[in-house]
Amino acid sequence: MEVLVFLVPLALTLGAIGLMGFLWSLKNGQYDDLEGAGWRAIADDEPVFEERAPSTGSGPR
Amino acid sequence: MQATRDFSHYVRHLGSGLSHIDLAVEGVNCAGCMSKIERGLSALPDVTLARVNLTDRRVALEWKEGTLDPARFIDRLAELGYKAYPFEPVRAEAVETEQASFLLRCLGVAAFAAMNIMMLSIPVWSGNVSDMIPEQRDFFHWLSALIALPAAAYSGQPFFRSAWQALRARRTNMDVPISIGIVLALAMSVMETIHHAEHAYFDAALMLLAFLLAGRYLDQSMRRKTRAVAGNLAALKAETATKFISADEISVVPIAAVRTGDIVLLRPGERSAVDGAVIEGQSKIDQSLITGETLPAKAGPGTPVYAGTLNLSGALRVRVSAASEGTLLAEISRLLDNAVQARSRYVQLADRASRLYAPVVHAAALLTMLGWAAIGATWHDAIVTAISVLIITCPCALGLAIPAVQTVVSGAMFRTGVLLNSGDAIERLAEVDRVVFDKTGTLTLPELDVTNAIDIPKDVFELAGRLALASHHPVAAAVARASGARTPLAGIEEVAGQGVRGFVNGLEIRLGRPSFCGADQIANEILCRDPEASVVAFRHGETRHVFAVRQRLRPDAAAAIATLLKTGIEVEILSGDREPAVRHAAEQLGIHEWRAGVTPADKIARIEELKRQGVKVLMVGDGMNDAPALAAAHVSMSPVSATHLSQATADLVFLGDRLAPVVAAIGFARKALRLMRQNLWLAAGYNLFAVPLAIAGLATPLVAAAAMSGSSLLVILNALRAHRGAREFC
Repeated sequence: MEVLVFLVPLALTLGAIGLMGFLWSLKNGQYDDLEGAGWRAIADDEPVFEERAPSTGSGPR
Repeated sequence: MQATRDFSHYVRHLGSGLSHIDLAVEGVNCAGCMSKIERGLSALPDVTLARVNLTDRRVALEWKEGTLDPARFIDRLAELGYKAYPFEPVRAEAVETEQASFLLRCLGVAAFAAMNIMMLSIPVWSGNVSDMIPEQRDFFHWLSALIALPAAAYSGQPFFRSAWQALRARRTNMDVPISIGIVLALAMSVMETIHHAEHAYFDAALMLLAFLLAGRYLDQSMRRKTRAVAGNLAALKAETATKFISADEISVVPIAAVRTGDIVLLRPGERSAVDGAVIEGQSKIDQSLITGETLPAKAGPGTPVYAGTLNLSGALRVRVSAASEGTLLAEISRLLDNAVQARSRYVQLADRASRLYAPVVHAAALLTMLGWAAIGATWHDAIVTAISVLIITCPCALGLAIPAVQTVVSGAMFRTGVLLNSGDAIERLAEVDRVVFDKTGTLTLPELDVTNAIDIPKDVFELAGRLALASHHPVAAAVARASGARTPLAGIEEVAGQGVRGFVNGLEIRLGRPSFCGADQIANEILCRDPEASVVAFRHGETRHVFAVRQRLRPDAAAAIATLLKTGIEVEILSGDREPAVRHAAEQLGIHEWRAGVTPADKIARIEELKRQGVKVLMVGDGMNDAPALAAAHVSMSPVSATHLSQATADLVFLGDRLAPVVAAIGFARKALRLMRQNLWLAAGYNLFAVPLAIAGLATPLVAAAAMSGSSLLVILNALRAHRGAREFC
């Protein structure tokens, strides 16, 4: 049972990382266009933009 | 006089030397369009971002400040084959987007917490029946509390806030019992944990929050999508004005940039976007969108012009006036305010259910507590059982029952071309037993159509159509449209107030007034037969033809009306147009009840009269004069071609040239209402099964979790049936 001391925090940390990831992606507008995102994944040639992290605070929202 | 286009009103300046603009684009609906547009736009120099949003049908663009004129993007998109227009998100939309992302954040937190607490709860549940030592159980419970309390405090905000507001206003709503249930569940769980008890309800409280937030989010996202598409349509209707920036320099500006006292130019064939008075020029104007009257009226200096008015012949200079007291717009907006207030008393199905729900549940919990105390249990046990009653009855399924159906139905309606402005419109639409149509632009198509096309030889029609492309006049535009002409003729000259002329193979061709083409006699014959029509004459050498142009009924109007009548819904026409025109339409459609020449106030009066008789009215209209009646009716609908005002007032907006969406929407709404009722009964049935268990003290957290998720899933599955639509109507 001592293993709990190790496993429980580990499980919670993993969960928290998942939550952080979700909140991060939400903040970055990843859920703004679910329909387009689906198509982008199978598009043959995504137009290439350098340094293309969409600047926060912009984007169609 | 070439106008410059000034879109600076829409450009946002980001801090980092970049400019940003949002464009609404028409016709983007596949992945191909998406990459075509993005590649096409990012090929322009200095563009740093071009991103299509396929859900909202919009493009976000960023470029280095000052290097490009935003009008360049519109031209580029036109080259690619898309019509675009600068877009300014309405405030309401921005607020809703903010709310939606907050709800999603809350949902994420609640779901994370619920899952982790569940992970800790399962060992407790299995340990309780085997070999778990109390210290371990307490440890797990404390850990659960550590996750649950902050998570509930954050993700419960939407409910707590709304409950608090309701209580402060001395009302109750669904959020009040939800908040009480959650707070009591958490408080009791903490108390139980302190006293080393076997059960704690942290998992139930958080799961409840997650399910309810999912329902809220569904509800919200439905409305948000509709609003986004409706916003695009409004932008694409290109509400611009041509403004004089100096005595002889003009610029095309968005309406939002026009101020009182500005002078705007209204060219022939243009629809006015402002209210004002003519200061220079002579013309005929078509006010059918405002008054319903289809015959054009003369306009000269001093004539008032309202937004929505179509200028037919000459160019007018209009001084913009504020919508002060006594103008038509002021009158209409006053009627509108009254009508909107009168309708806000409608109580939604969910609220009606919750009014019944809260007292019943709280009484049941109280009785449970007293009952247990009466048969000799300790107060502690009595209170714990009472709270478990509250937890298990908490309206998980009830919170999902209605939003889930609404979301599915709004998706189905969306595909048939109907947009919803408000969620409760579905319920109101389902109760409709009389449909009141406006005539002009609603039963008829907004654009004019050539009625004697079969009498005219095909080659003549084609040539006339190509010539008509050179003219802005709406009657000529109707000829061009009907002929399907695409290639305009070269070297066409416009004769002001008369028509257009040019040469083909050495022969002169003319299109315009009958006198201009020497075809007065043929024109008179046509006008004798059909006094409602407008005529335009065409002359090619010595051959002369006259096109009769008039408003045409929507192609499936007769079929749609017949379907409505067959299903027992009464139909009526209320139009501001003249009697013969309305009578003709009514006879063609087999509608016995109609009124002509009615003013906006008359329309409201008629609708109020019907209301007093207990009739639930669906008003379908498009004009500015319909807006108050739309707001007064039980539920209302507008075609996309409507003026801005009536579109904003309508509960539903339908797309396309056909009336079928109106009929289909009623069918969908009826089916949806049935499913909502079923869902409420399912939720009630679940309580009937679960509450006795809770009262008997058998509702352990395990039972609560199973019952709650089971009932929620059942409700969602039932809602999915709305997808298949309403067979009896389509």
